[in-house]
Amino acid sequence: MIRAVPRLFIILGLMGFALLYIPALVMMAFSFNAGKLASVWAGFSFKWYGALLQNDQLLAALSKSLLIAGIAASLSTLFGVFIAIAFVRFGKFKGRLLLSALASAPLVIPEVVMGLSLLLLFIAMENVLGWPAGRGLDTIIIAHATFGMCFAAVVIQARLRQFDRSLEEAAMDLGARQPYIFMTITLPIIAPAIISAWLLTFTLSFDDLVIASFVSGPGSSTLPIVIFSKVRLGVTPEINAIATLMIVTIAIGVIAGARLMRRNPR
Amino acid sequence: MAPFIEINEITKKFGDFIAVDNLSLSIEKGALFCLLGGSGCGKTTLLRMLAGLEAPSSGTIKIDGMDMHQVHPADRPVNYMFQNYALFPHMSVARNIGYGLRRAGISGAAYEERITEMLRLVRLEGFENRKPDQLSGGQKQRVALARALARNPKLLLLDEPLAALDKKLREDTQFELVNIQEKLGTTFVVVTHDQEEAMSLASDIGVMDAGRLVQVAAPKTLYEAPANQFIASFLGSVSFLPATITKIADGKVSATGSCDITALAREGISIGDDVICALRPEKITLSRGQAAGPNQLNVIIEEMGYLGAVTHVRARTKSGEMLKIMLSNRRRAEADFTWDEEVVASFDPKDAILLPAEAR
Repeated sequence: MIRAVPRLFIILGLMGFALLYIPALVMMAFSFNAGKLASVWAGFSFKWYGALLQNDQLLAALSKSLLIAGIAASLSTLFGVFIAIAFVRFGKFKGRLLLSALASAPLVIPEVVMGLSLLLLFIAMENVLGWPAGRGLDTIIIAHATFGMCFAAVVIQARLRQFDRSLEEAAMDLGARQPYIFMTITLPIIAPAIISAWLLTFTLSFDDLVIASFVSGPGSSTLPIVIFSKVRLGVTPEINAIATLMIVTIAIGVIAGARLMRRNPR
Repeated sequence: MAPFIEINEITKKFGDFIAVDNLSLSIEKGALFCLLGGSGCGKTTLLRMLAGLEAPSSGTIKIDGMDMHQVHPADRPVNYMFQNYALFPHMSVARNIGYGLRRAGISGAAYEERITEMLRLVRLEGFENRKPDQLSGGQKQRVALARALARNPKLLLLDEPLAALDKKLREDTQFELVNIQEKLGTTFVVVTHDQEEAMSLASDIGVMDAGRLVQVAAPKTLYEAPANQFIASFLGSVSFLPATITKIADGKVSATGSCDITALAREGISIGDDVICALRPEKITLSRGQAAGPNQLNVIIEEMGYLGAVTHVRARTKSGEMLKIMLSNRRRAEADFTWDEEVVASFDPKDAILLPAEAR
């Protein structure tokens, strides 16, 4: 028998969800506002979405953000696979604990600290190596790939730990050798985790403001940076519109990732 | 002719733990050999060494006259059926079976033909395009068998092939496995912890304990003439009576201890030896008053369990040893004893198994 949940719990729970989602829903609703004021409803309209298409600054920022997120997510996932394999498959090796701490530290390091330290690193590198020349897309990509890698590693490790080693032994017993076994058995089975890691790191990069504002240079403002600077001059329904699009994009990414992770291949 | 599999003084250590301890064993071609033992006795490790999935710490393995040292598992004429079947979850039944064929360079019509042939062998025609998670436990087991046999190995290793199946299915599958083995003539080595499974499957059984082989024999020999107390109590139910040999004459041995026992003489037993007399429960009969034959023990019935076809009885001798007795209920009157009744337990001298006494 399912016991009735106390009414107070339900009310508190609903209030929690309301606090979380009502602001976003209000913002999404006002993105369809016909009026100019962001807080007074003046009828339904798509006009701010239309205005968005005319706004070159926002569109340029959007395409930069997508490019950065795409490349950073791919790099993060690639390195995440390597880290996960090292931790799950290599058993005990020298410095394993240190490496594992290093690989997961960025999950808890404050973004401000991380952004600042990356900025200092890039400046130092420019002085010593002459590269990267100034801050731009490349520095943002490197920064995002660095912290995304840790998230990717965590997601892929979880899947790889569940992976039944006897499948690889069976493949070997049936006459296959590495790397054929990895390509035909291991990779297809952990693929959902890899895709999920890619989607996660993509969204992390796409909505990052703090780190990006440290390591971006002139002409490389990402979408969150542009939105943040615009909001300081007052919220326009145009911002509501682009924020709505961002929420939808990220929600799709997160939901797709979660579904893939849950799908059990057995 | 040299035996098909020669395992010579093989040892496997995991750190300080000795999983397989200086073990030697020969298996003939075409045998259905069973390695039987409790968990952690080293039987699976031995099987994995035959497949090449573990490297022995010392010793040699020869299969069909060829030294397997340095031979990669992919190149051995051996296939392995995993306990959890290890079917590739992202591949269809046909592709699972075909995985090893592709690696062996078989393609085109020969590839399709072999898959069809294997599916027919395990009676899974029409399941080609199913994924493993769309199969029942018994079907998965048959796909695993088909996959392992597809490459036509000289030796098939099966790790607890029936453990994951329910009881009814296990009995059917057991006979099917024996049929397939007879049809193909492939040598099978099966690992199991289930003594009934081993007895009904195998032509020969090797009983393992703590990394060593305790006895290798046919199922009947293991049951009727166990080498020691471990084997006697591992296979089936048994009661032990300690005694000392007092007389050997006319092919018969007399022993006395807590009670007087007469058994058949056998080699290696002399007067004054301490022995253990092992008795199988179905070989003891109970009667009121005197019974025929030399072995008569006065006992008191302590427990009775009526199971329909048989009745299990536990009776205590005057000196305190517990006897396990199984009465067959062929006639209704035979089970007509009651609790705390004093009766006579008797057994034939040839059913008394004399084992060397062990410090246990």
